[in-house]
Amino acid sequence: MSDAIQPIVMPKWGLAMTEGMVIAWHAEAGAAIKAGDEIADIETAKITNVFESPVAGTLRRVVAPTDEMVPVGAVIAVVADETVTDADLDAYVTEFQANFVPEDTDDGGPEPEYVEADGRRLRYLKMGDGGVPIVFVHGFGGDLNGWMFNQPALAEDRATYAIDLPGHGGSSKDVGGGDAKAMAAAVASLLDALEIGKVHLVGHSFGGAISMLIALKHPGRVASVTAICTAGLGEDINIDFIDGFISGKRRKDMKPVLEMLVADASLVSRDMINEVLKFKRLDGVDTALQTIRNTAFADGKQAGSLRPVLGELRVPCQVIWGRDDQIIPVAHSDDLPDSFSVHVLDGAGHLPHMEKSSEVNALIGKAASA
Amino acid sequence: MQLSRDDLLKAYRDMRVIREFEERVHEEFAAGGIPGFVHLYAGEEASAVGFCMNLTDVDHIASTHRGHGHSLAKGCDVKGMMGEIFGRQNGLCAGKGGSMHIADLELGMMGANGIVGGGPPLICGAALTAKTLKTGGVAIAFVGDGGSNQGTTLESYNLAKVWNLPAIFVVEDNGYAEATASAWSVGGSQVKRAEAFGMPGYQVDGHDFFAVHEVAREVVDRARNGDGPSLVHVNLYRYYGHFEGDATTYRAAGESDKVRAERDCMDIFRRRVTEAALLDKKQLDAIDREVESLIDDSVAEAKAAPVPTAEQLLTDVYVSY
Amino acid sequence: MAKKSYRQAINEALAAEMRRDERVIVMGEDIAGGMGAPGEQDAWGGPMGVTKGLEPEFGRDRVLDTPITESAFIGAAAGAAATGLRPVAELMFVDFMGVCFDQIFNQAAKFRYMFGGKAVTPLVVRTMYGAGLSAASQHSQCLYPVFTHIPGLKVALPSSAYEAKGLLIQSIRDDDPVIFFEHKAMYDDEEDVPDESYTIPFGEANLTREGDDVTIVAFGRMVQFANQVADKLEKDDITCTVVDPRTTSPLDEDTIIEMAEETGRVVVVDEASPRCNMATDVSALITQNAFKALKAPIKMVTPPHVPVPFAADLEKEYIPSPEKIEAAVREVAAA
Repeated sequence: MSDAIQPIVMPKWGLAMTEGMVIAWHAEAGAAIKAGDEIADIETAKITNVFESPVAGTLRRVVAPTDEMVPVGAVIAVVADETVTDADLDAYVTEFQANFVPEDTDDGGPEPEYVEADGRRLRYLKMGDGGVPIVFVHGFGGDLNGWMFNQPALAEDRATYAIDLPGHGGSSKDVGGGDAKAMAAAVASLLDALEIGKVHLVGHSFGGAISMLIALKHPGRVASVTAICTAGLGEDINIDFIDGFISGKRRKDMKPVLEMLVADASLVSRDMINEVLKFKRLDGVDTALQTIRNTAFADGKQAGSLRPVLGELRVPCQVIWGRDDQIIPVAHSDDLPDSFSVHVLDGAGHLPHMEKSSEVNALIGKAASA
Repeated sequence: MQLSRDDLLKAYRDMRVIREFEERVHEEFAAGGIPGFVHLYAGEEASAVGFCMNLTDVDHIASTHRGHGHSLAKGCDVKGMMGEIFGRQNGLCAGKGGSMHIADLELGMMGANGIVGGGPPLICGAALTAKTLKTGGVAIAFVGDGGSNQGTTLESYNLAKVWNLPAIFVVEDNGYAEATASAWSVGGSQVKRAEAFGMPGYQVDGHDFFAVHEVAREVVDRARNGDGPSLVHVNLYRYYGHFEGDATTYRAAGESDKVRAERDCMDIFRRRVTEAALLDKKQLDAIDREVESLIDDSVAEAKAAPVPTAEQLLTDVYVSY
Repeated sequence: MAKKSYRQAINEALAAEMRRDERVIVMGEDIAGGMGAPGEQDAWGGPMGVTKGLEPEFGRDRVLDTPITESAFIGAAAGAAATGLRPVAELMFVDFMGVCFDQIFNQAAKFRYMFGGKAVTPLVVRTMYGAGLSAASQHSQCLYPVFTHIPGLKVALPSSAYEAKGLLIQSIRDDDPVIFFEHKAMYDDEEDVPDESYTIPFGEANLTREGDDVTIVAFGRMVQFANQVADKLEKDDITCTVVDPRTTSPLDEDTIIEMAEETGRVVVVDEASPRCNMATDVSALITQNAFKALKAPIKMVTPPHVPVPFAADLEKEYIPSPEKIEAAVREVAAA
């Protein structure tokens, strides 16, 4: 009986998420849904995001009411075909809830690990096993948690590594020269230290430029590059964002800065701001960010465009951009070599991998499966 | 005698600067040019100079409410001090401290102190700094006979001993704590108090610069060598009252005049060095004239200096980031 | 990032700063323990074990046990600060300020101003405060309003483990004397605390909750109570903003006023005795600056004006409990 019933549970987005709240249902009981359909908006302490159905079938029950906190893993809806009776559904939900034990927050799945690479202690989070691994490289001011909507989904089929660049997250705060080249060398040394061979690189913003540089320097060890809202393809950069990010010390200074990252400003939650402030308080972060700013974005412009050398890239490369990106203009995706595939997503800003995670995940998954 | 001619000239000049400074402050205060309270050190010069001549800028002292002498002996700028006492912008503390809070930490002068017994714990800290950072420095707390009865002072004796600090406690006993005789207010003996805490105690005649200097050298050397704290009980006399305006009716009639006439530390010093032909009278007179003119200038400059501005009320209270 | 207790967070901050800067020393009564005794060294690590492990790592020259002599060692810490060290002195219970207050408020607090800006006094006095352990009248007071009253002192009241580490490192690096208040009932409270060093700037309030109906300004341990109340009342559709000022000197007046204006309804929670405490101070601040925005009288939740009692039942009655805070918030929300 229960094989015919599929529960939809509160997802876990990111390491720290223990509970979430459905703030709107986009599908009603009785609706036929496909996997990937946007069926709800879920708010977590960190971010609000659309939730895509992981399963297909008829949505028979909406279990979680809106605006109520639900632990991760708890049933929020039930999908079943018409053969299942209402009584069976009720019994299923009752049993599920009776047996449900919220995840122990102290044992919440994979934990970040550290590795010594080229004199630095670098932090990374591994999820999944097998295949050619995906390595996620965040951008300026980010960290491995920025891939919370992507890594778990993509880790179902293969090993994935989200890393913290030097100067970021839990990694050493020594950024060396602070330019994309120095960062690319650090990422390569991390891959060496972890003895990872060939990888699919997924880089965001500054991390996109870093990923392309790695592919240029070590074509043999890169299977593909996905560059999201990437740096390295033109001069423009919203230096107000960079400078505001560096100088912001208080929530009210930081909020408008972080709101520049997304198409819909309401996505920026108080926890997201707090996490950034906590990061910025760490010893050495200010110097690290200043150093990157003064080399990679000196004079308010991106240094070292990769356009002259893009033709030398010997690996499949795709570029994904949010149409409403306020940090690096979407126009930087124009006029790329024919070998590049370009995907511009509507309704997204500089964080399409968060704002439109399913589309981005599908594109990354495709590149990684090719 | 191990003091060189230059040492002797310096000792005389330092004492003369203090005497002249205090006499002028006495006059200017009476004339109404100086606000607040002042407590004069005139008569006690041999103590401050006898000790501070054994110190360098790496060493620290903490003083008392009667702090002009210690400050000058530790090298504080004469004009800056006079400006401070007049409450002017050119003062050592920009007019914010006044007579009782003159300090110059770069010279190791940790401040006169408005709180009787305030200094001894502070110099334990300075001595701890010297010990921890291995600067070779020592620290001296000057306290009066009044301060010698404060718990802070006695606690500091103990702490200096148990931490084996390069600390020295100098009890300047001028016979009176405010209007109360030390003969009445001090239980037991200062020297025996020191011994009770396990440190050497000395008693010395504070009218005799040479006697003070010799004891000072011994205790400073002991501290510098890592052999711990000492106490020196200095007997001396203040020519003026507890504060300017004190009619000193609690003293015996003619008491002050008699000490000035018979046991003045400056007179004794002059007599000793001239009789032994170490210095001649002309040299000393020349110093007197030079110092007098320096003090004249310092008073003139202080009077001419601007008073602090209203904006300065709000500065210097918290560090700015 | 691991869960760490308030105690561990403080210990980590001390150890990290001692490693970073050899001028940082710690001193206090039994801060290691066992000095001169035949048995175990580092026997206590302070009465609550907060400084345990420092002595084995840094040695007796930088982890100084003192005799029971608060006047002398707090004064020595002030003198050491003025002459080149960065001492962290532990005044075991803030109630003991009575025997050493001169060295804090007449000496350390005044050096900088009195000496015309030419002195720095990088002194930290760590001290335990607060009721809740049946420690009775001489070991349970708050007294931070007394220190807040003194110009020249900075006063930090960490409300959680994360806050404690960042505020203590800031305190140690600060060139002014800082009185760092540790609530004795919070040492086992845990939360995520980064392994790395970080600083939380002074004078910047933290909003631990954001709501639309009532603004709760709370201090120290009371922030936790206010959070509990805010979470509970959310289920009844009363949403609260909780303001943790973090430091009472400097005080983030702007945020307090702004948050009072946003909701127009204010409850101030202060564990200190009610006359001239932070609740009266903050209430006056809001009344002077946000009077027109107020929709109800400000409500203060404080203990009664009596010494802290011993008997557990009495002490429970004394402390501004979550229940009392909840009642005040409901009253202000309904007014």
